[in-house]
Amino acid sequence: MEEHYQHLYQALSQVDGYIYPNEIDLHWGLMIVLYPYITGLVAGAFILASLERVFNIKVLKPTYELALLTALSFLLVATMPLVSHLQSPLRSYEIFMTPNPTSAMAIFGFVYLWYLMVVLLLEIWFDYRRDFVIWSKTSTGFKKFFYKIITLGINDFDEKSAKLDDKLGYFITVLGIPSAFILHGYVGFIFGSVKANPWWSTVLMPVIFLFSAMVSGIALVMVIYMVVSWVRKVKIDMECLDTIAKYLFYILIIDFTLESLDQIHRIYEAEESFDIIEVLVSGKLSITLLIMQVFLGTIIPLGVIGFFQVYKPAEKIRKTAYFFVGIIVLIGIFFMRWNVVIGGQLFSKSLSGFTSFNAVYSGLEGYGMVAVWLILPLLILTFLLWLMPPWKKADIHK
Amino acid sequence: MGTERKLENRRKFFQTSAALIGGTLMYSLIKPFEAIAQTKEEDISEDKAELPLWGMGVDLESCIGCGKCAEACKIENNVPKEPFYFRTWVEQYTVKNDGEVKIESPNGGIGGLKQSVPDEEIFKSFMVPKLCNHCTKAPCVQACPVGATFISPDGVVLVDETYCIGCSYCIQACPYGARYMNPITKVVDKCTFCYHRITKGLQPACVEVCPTDARIFGNLRDKKSDLVNFLQDNPTQVLKPHLNTHSRVFYNGLSSEVK
Repeated sequence: MEEHYQHLYQALSQVDGYIYPNEIDLHWGLMIVLYPYITGLVAGAFILASLERVFNIKVLKPTYELALLTALSFLLVATMPLVSHLQSPLRSYEIFMTPNPTSAMAIFGFVYLWYLMVVLLLEIWFDYRRDFVIWSKTSTGFKKFFYKIITLGINDFDEKSAKLDDKLGYFITVLGIPSAFILHGYVGFIFGSVKANPWWSTVLMPVIFLFSAMVSGIALVMVIYMVVSWVRKVKIDMECLDTIAKYLFYILIIDFTLESLDQIHRIYEAEESFDIIEVLVSGKLSITLLIMQVFLGTIIPLGVIGFFQVYKPAEKIRKTAYFFVGIIVLIGIFFMRWNVVIGGQLFSKSLSGFTSFNAVYSGLEGYGMVAVWLILPLLILTFLLWLMPPWKKADIHK
Repeated sequence: MGTERKLENRRKFFQTSAALIGGTLMYSLIKPFEAIAQTKEEDISEDKAELPLWGMGVDLESCIGCGKCAEACKIENNVPKEPFYFRTWVEQYTVKNDGEVKIESPNGGIGGLKQSVPDEEIFKSFMVPKLCNHCTKAPCVQACPVGATFISPDGVVLVDETYCIGCSYCIQACPYGARYMNPITKVVDKCTFCYHRITKGLQPACVEVCPTDARIFGNLRDKKSDLVNFLQDNPTQVLKPHLNTHSRVFYNGLSSEVK
């Protein structure tokens, strides 16, 4: 408690202008930055998988299962930063028991469950079921036990059953696309619907969140695909990688256009809140927004992949470039979430001053936990790749 | 086990799955649409007409910025004494000759507000007490994911301490900065118009201690109440009217500098 007060006294001494006295504390910290970041990675990875399955872009096949498992690994962790930021986390189940129908936040639990239980788990299950049956006969120990259970007693593995799995899996993926849109568009709505906060309150927020989610998810799968290939010592399918990068390029253009439109609209309308937002962007957010998000996370990636669309250098150069582009895009989108969540709380609703954000390293809200919540999904993914390796699957999609 | 038995099993599995998926889908489809309609407005049904409808008037011309209201509130309601937690506070506005507006509220005005701008530089100066506006269309009530914050039948926005999960969404949704996270109880806290007092016929603590009667508390349905008289006699305004929250705290003589 004393430490918390000290933290607040420090913030109090850094107040610039006038803020309401209750605004010294930032109520949403790093954990709420992570929440839209992680759900965005899930939605984006899933949409990349759908490109292969529903839109029949076969060249993306090497990343199909990888994208699904990535989405699942991150989705399993998505709620943890949320619950850990609650002041009374033991009551979190109340969101399911008595959801307030007018609350933009209350529906998240249902959207999340729908996405996890119905879309992702079912799609992965239909995709892997036949392999589980086959693997359950050839493996031993824990793996055999797991495969036996996960088949849920449905042990057919003939052509007919594979076709049925494929059909149902396809149906779920079709259902999954609007679900992924809802999942992340909805996260945007949580912020976009707060009329008290002019930095958040924009009708474009859900759309911006959606496209930035796709950007981050595609970049993540691209990087993971490269890393997994290196670890397995197999050749990276360059046609696949080039195609992923191409989609990343197009969607990044849409994302950048939407965000620019939002800002141009603000600047041109110059409403009551504009003066303070102008100071916010050019001051407290100058590094995280202009440098990290716009320059590093958007302009450089657009320049590099854009250049590759007209001139293709050697594979080795492209691979290295894609890897770094993937990483900086992921950093850029993290700071996009930062700029929304933290940025929106740095200025006072009195529009007359600023508070400051002093992040800590330890504790539930610190950088340490950010690292934990970002590394944990990668460990889960490693486990899933060991348990159900996409490269050992019998190909049934042909 | 023949092929037929297998097919039978599978059919059953798919039927059950389809029912589960269908049910969840239906629920998920219906649920978000409920949220589109803002249903948290106060329900003025006939049985409530007998109840009071509480509100407050603030006479800015009378406020001297002594901060007694903010101090009394903290004592009465066990608000942590640190300067980051307030149910009510007083802001001092100073418009300088060059047009610059200086706003101050050190420790919420507790201990009295003192002018920091030299007299010759001041164009005008005034005090503005702030508190929860007990909105009829309260954004905090709309936002609370579990329904822990609600509008009482007599028009007071309250928080159920035993129910709040501490997500802070209501704090984000409040345009007036009237809510804070209580570091001791770990739930959100805010002005209740001293609900424990007004339900016993007493005045809220801030009103009780105000030496200049700058705060006028009363029943908006009682045409003879001091509050209704105040509203009749003075042109009043609410804070941030463009946000359409239908606040029930009315200010007399509110200057355009006040945010």
